[in-house]
Amino acid sequence: MFTFTLPELLQQMANGLTVGCLYALVAIGYTMVYGILRLINFAHCDIFMMSMYFCFYSISVFSLPWPVALLLVVVATALLGVLIEKAAYRPLREAPRISLLISAIGVSYLLENLATVLFTGVPRSFPAVGSLQKIVNLGDVRVQQLAIYAPVIMLLLLAALLYLINKTKTGMAMRAASKDFETARLMGINVNKTISVTFLVGSALAAVGAVIWGQKYSQIQPYVGVMPGLKCFIAAVIGGIGNIKGAVVGSLMLGMLEILMVWRFSALSGFKDAFAFIILIIILIFKPTGLFGETFVDKV
Amino acid sequence: MKNEIKGAREKREFVLSVISLLLMAALVAMAQFDLLPIVGKYEKQVLNLCAIYTILGLSMNLVNGFTGLFSLGQAGFMAIGAYTTSLLIMAPETKDRVFYLEPIHPFVGALQAPFWVALLLSGLLAAVVAFFIGFPVLRLRGDYLAIATLGFAEIIRIIFLNTQTVTNGSMGIKAIPPTANLFWCFGAAALMVLFMLRLIHSTYGRAFKAIRDDEIAAEAMGINLFRHKMYAFILSAFMAGVGGGLMASVVSAITPNLFRFTLAYDILLIVVLGGMGSITGTVVAAFVITIAKEWLRWLDAGFTAGPLKVPEIPGLRMVVFSVLLMCIILFYRQGFFGSKEFSWKGLAALPKNLGIKIRRLFSRDKKEAA
Repeated sequence: MFTFTLPELLQQMANGLTVGCLYALVAIGYTMVYGILRLINFAHCDIFMMSMYFCFYSISVFSLPWPVALLLVVVATALLGVLIEKAAYRPLREAPRISLLISAIGVSYLLENLATVLFTGVPRSFPAVGSLQKIVNLGDVRVQQLAIYAPVIMLLLLAALLYLINKTKTGMAMRAASKDFETARLMGINVNKTISVTFLVGSALAAVGAVIWGQKYSQIQPYVGVMPGLKCFIAAVIGGIGNIKGAVVGSLMLGMLEILMVWRFSALSGFKDAFAFIILIIILIFKPTGLFGETFVDKV
Repeated sequence: MKNEIKGAREKREFVLSVISLLLMAALVAMAQFDLLPIVGKYEKQVLNLCAIYTILGLSMNLVNGFTGLFSLGQAGFMAIGAYTTSLLIMAPETKDRVFYLEPIHPFVGALQAPFWVALLLSGLLAAVVAFFIGFPVLRLRGDYLAIATLGFAEIIRIIFLNTQTVTNGSMGIKAIPPTANLFWCFGAAALMVLFMLRLIHSTYGRAFKAIRDDEIAAEAMGINLFRHKMYAFILSAFMAGVGGGLMASVVSAITPNLFRFTLAYDILLIVVLGGMGSITGTVVAAFVITIAKEWLRWLDAGFTAGPLKVPEIPGLRMVVFSVLLMCIILFYRQGFFGSKEFSWKGLAALPKNLGIKIRRLFSRDKKEAA
């Protein structure tokens, strides 16, 4: 069981890294929304799905050149995220959290069914973007170019995001709002605008994730987002939900472990999807709020 | 003197309750024996599902609404119940026929039990699994609990997908005997409602509500948090297991993918729309949502509305359903009943209260206009 060559291991790790980076791009959206609204945004995976369809239509149907298409997809998805927040979450700002959650489930149903009506349930194949699927040789290791681009894109976006959150005024508003709406408002922060920005950024990142995801798993149908969405949410929980660095670390860990598991124990590959949950539960047993999550403080 | 009046009222309400229950039982019996002209085969199936969703809703309301634990693991317990029941009530020959890809494990193949034993065992098995899951999971809080229970439900589904000789893997089980009729489903639902009513007014029920409202205060009053959460979790799993077993017999073919985690969302919708922590609400919402989903089928087939001709659009039904759902949540966030229950007194006072509500609505409008 433990006989393998170094190039093999490196190849699988490159694969795991790619998947991890994809998870990270979507997981950040989950964690940002949770951080500010304390809401598990069940609709995030369907925003991801919609953005795959946007990409399919702009490239395969309207045959736009792909840089233009990518920009269009990111903008459209970001707007969709903001629109959903305005229509479904904003009216429930003062409502109990469970109402917000049901609203998220409602949006998720709506998007899935809308996609079934608009795009039909027939699976489509995702357009190949540029040269990402070309195979390159790095010494003995043969990897898709995607495996090199994905981490670079992810790190660049992460750096930009961390800059936005830690160094800009908008970021400061986001951090303040995630602590306490009331106090943030008293400090002159427009909380609604800040939340919109959060959805904008989260959805835009999900769009980038969706385009790269489509290069790896090219089939799209209206329920394509459900499983990746769930995995990304798990990744965010592993890292401690609400924490961006945690989401990235959790995603990389989950992607890597999943790929290595399937590779080493191929007899168990039917359990691949269960594996993510097993990791999650083991981590939660030892760290009940994830790796970097805030611990609950009981107040009387 | 005052007590006597109160006693008389209670007596009257008791008689009213018994009469209305008997009336409902008579209606169910008439429906089962095809004496009601509006209830055909299809309507019977829908009514069966209504009763099953009532059980599932109660199961979820017990943990989510009454104990305040955000658990999304219902689908897993239902799967356990569904598979237990179907494997127990199928004849060995039928099982051999269904498991044609890989023969069934001889022990499982030979097992057989009457329907009520099968249902009971379904519930018990789900409860045992819940007991073991409860140890790691019930120590978690809030949304971490939700995702962990959801995770266990998915793990159960994936195990069922991969144990070919016991569950027939992704092929699922077909030709499950349709033993569950209106009597079974409504009988089980009625038992569950009665059980819940008794439970909620017992010391355990009060302890559950205390935990929901404030864990620290509950603990300070001497309630063992972990043990009571475990009771609620196990009872809820038992009910979900029974519900799953009934469902298997009603739908007659099951696959592991029927029990995806999204099934828990459907049940959560019933609980929240009915009102968290209201048994009446869950029962009403289970019927309203299940029937609404079926009734909206005319949307899929294409229709004409005046000059507007809408062609056949498969899936339109669910789009409209989700929009309706969102509207209810946005404008009616307490659900149908909030945390209130049905009572004869409340029913008698309904016309008066409605009047007050309508008047208040108008006066608020005036204030806003001014």
